[in-house]
Amino acid sequence: MAFAVNLIIGHSVAVLTEIGVGDIREVRIIGWRLEKLFSRKMSEGKYLLTPKWRRSGRSGPVPVLFLAVAILVMGASLGVGTPSSVIRPGPPVNPSLCDRPNDAGGAIEITWEASHDDSRGRGIVNSYSVFRSTEAVGGFANIATINTGRDRYLYVDDRVKDDERYFYKLVAETGSGAFSEPIVIGPVVSSAQWFHSDRWNMLLALLIVSASVLLFIWMARRGKELYIRPIAGLQAVDEAVGRATEMGRPVLYIPGILDMDDVQTIAGVAILGRVARKTAEYETPLSVPVSRSVVMSAAQETVKEAYWDVGKPDAYHPEMVRYLTDDQFGFAAGVDGIMLRERPATVFFMGAFYAESLILAETGHSIGAVQIAGTAMTSQLPFFVTACDYTLIGEELFAAGAYLTGDPRLLGSLKGQDVAKGLAIAFIVIGIFLESFGYHWLKDFLKVN
Amino acid sequence: MRRDIPLIITFVCGLTMIVQFFIPHWPFGEMKSYFQQSYMIIAAFAMILGICNLTKLHLKKIRDKRSQWGYSIVLLFGLAAMTIPGLFIGGIKEDTIFDFLFRNAHVPMQATMFSLLAFFVASASYRAFRARTLDAALLLIAGFVVILGRAPIGDSITWFLPEGYRMSEFANWIMAVPNTAGQRAIMMGSGLGIVATSLRVILGIERSYLGGE
Repeated sequence: MAFAVNLIIGHSVAVLTEIGVGDIREVRIIGWRLEKLFSRKMSEGKYLLTPKWRRSGRSGPVPVLFLAVAILVMGASLGVGTPSSVIRPGPPVNPSLCDRPNDAGGAIEITWEASHDDSRGRGIVNSYSVFRSTEAVGGFANIATINTGRDRYLYVDDRVKDDERYFYKLVAETGSGAFSEPIVIGPVVSSAQWFHSDRWNMLLALLIVSASVLLFIWMARRGKELYIRPIAGLQAVDEAVGRATEMGRPVLYIPGILDMDDVQTIAGVAILGRVARKTAEYETPLSVPVSRSVVMSAAQETVKEAYWDVGKPDAYHPEMVRYLTDDQFGFAAGVDGIMLRERPATVFFMGAFYAESLILAETGHSIGAVQIAGTAMTSQLPFFVTACDYTLIGEELFAAGAYLTGDPRLLGSLKGQDVAKGLAIAFIVIGIFLESFGYHWLKDFLKVN
Repeated sequence: MRRDIPLIITFVCGLTMIVQFFIPHWPFGEMKSYFQQSYMIIAAFAMILGICNLTKLHLKKIRDKRSQWGYSIVLLFGLAAMTIPGLFIGGIKEDTIFDFLFRNAHVPMQATMFSLLAFFVASASYRAFRARTLDAALLLIAGFVVILGRAPIGDSITWFLPEGYRMSEFANWIMAVPNTAGQRAIMMGSGLGIVATSLRVILGIERSYLGGE
C-alpha cells in the first residue's frame, strides 16, 4: 500500500515537473494528463509490478483496484471528475504569434480562430485561456482568460520584455471546467520599431505639403508677388472695429472654448493680435472673455504686446482679457451676460465652438452687433452663417492671421497650402476613375493608419 | 531673448510631436504622452491664475461699485460655495455638499442654458429660411425635406410614392450625399490649413500668438 502511494505521488511529481505547473488553473489540465498517462501505464502493467508480484510473475487484483481508486480520488481532487462525465472541447484553431507591429516594443500579438466547439460548433466552449512561458516545455503561467463570442480572437500581451523568447499555450475551456488539448506555439520575440511602416503615405504627404509651403515662403521672401483672393470676412475687420469706435462701444473677441493645444485656438489668438492692434490704434475698448486659463495667459500677452507695438501701452489693462469658467454653458451664460450689459458694437468669434455657438451668435445678433465668426467646426458653421454677418469657413480661419498682416512669408504659406489642395483634388479625381474601374491601390495607399 | 526662448521651445516640441508620429521606438513613442501630461500640469497651475484673475476683477468691481456690481457678489459667492466644500468639507465624492450643489444647482443651470438652444435655433431658422435669394431658397427646401423626413409625418404624407422615394429616404440622401460632401470639403481644407498653420508656428514664422508681428 505504502509503495503504491509513493509510486503515485512520485510519478505525479515527475509528471507535474514534466508538464510544468505555473498556475493553479493548469493543475486541472494536468489532472487530465495524469489520467491519460496513468491509464496508459496501467495498461502496460507498469504499476502492477511490485517486487513480490514481479517475483511471482502475476498481477494481483488489489493493486489494480487501489490504483483505479487513487486515480479517481486524485482526479476528483483536481476537479476533473470521471472520464465518462466530461466532454472535452476542441482546441483553438490556427493559432499564431507575432511581435506587435509598429510599436515601442514590449508587446506580442496572439491570434487564433474559434474552436470547433465554440458557438459555431457544439457551443460548449465559453472561454479561452492564454499561458505564457520562456521555455517550450514547462513554466507556463496563465496570463489571460478571454470570453467567447467571436470567430477570430486577438490578445495583446503587453507585459513582455524585448529580445526575449516567449512561448504561448492556448486552451479552450467549457462551462463545466473541462479543457481542450493545450496548443503550444512559439517562440516569438518582441522588439521596438524605428519607423511606423503604415505611415509612409502620411510622411510623403507631409513632405509634399511642407515642401510646397516652404517653397512659396522662399519665393515670397525673394519678392515674388502672390495673389490671395479677397476674403470678405477679413476685409470687414477694419470696418467692424471702426464701427465700434464711432459708436463708442467695445469690441468683444471670443477665441473659442478649447485650450491652446487646439490649432483653431492658436489661429484665434493670432487673429486677436491683429484685432488688438486695430483697437489700440483707434483706442476702442476691447473685451476678451476666455474659457481656459492657458488661453487667458496667452491672450493677455498677445493683447499687451499689440498695445505696446502700436505705442499705446497706457491703453492696455489686464482686465481686457478675463477668465470666466471652463464650463461650456457657464461660459455661454457669462458671455451672453457681457453682451447684454456692455452691448459691444462688434463681436468676433474666432476658434473652436460647440453647441454654445448659436446661443452666443443669436445673443450678439439680438443686440445689433456686427459679428464676424471663424471656425473649422463643420457642425457649428451653419449656425454662424445664419446668425453672423461674415463667417470664415474652415481654412479661411487659418489664413486670417496671414491675410491680415500681409507679411509675404505668411502669404507664401497660404499659397503653398493651395498647391497641396490642388494635389488633393487631383488625387480625388484620379481616385474616382480608378475605383470606378476596379483599381483600389490608390485608395489603399491613401488609407490613414 | 524673451521671444527666442518660447520660439525654441515651440520648435523643439512641434518637431518632436511630428517625429513621434512616425517613430514608435523609445524615447519618441513616449513623447506624446509626456508632453500631454506636461501640458495638463501647466494647465492645472494656470487654473489658479484664472481663478485669481476672476476674483481680482470682481472684487475690484465691487470695491468701485461699478454698474451691476451686485452680480459680482453672486459670482464670488457661487465660487466660494463650490470651492470651499470641494476642497475642505467632504471633498467631491458622492453625498457631499459639493456633490449636492453640483447635482442640484450646477447641472440644472447647465441644462437650462442648453435648453435655450431650441429657442435660438427657432429664431435663427426663421431668418435663414426666408427665401430671398436662390441660396436661401435651396436651404429652405433642403431644411424642409430633412425636418419632415426625420419625423414620422414625412413618410405618412408621401405614402403614395414607391419605396425608396419617400421623404425619409430623400432626407437621408441629402444628409449622406450633398451634406457629407460639403462637410468633407471643409474638413480637407481645414486639415491643410492646420498643417500650414502648424508649420508657420513651428518654424517661428507665425509669432502673433506670442504677441509679436
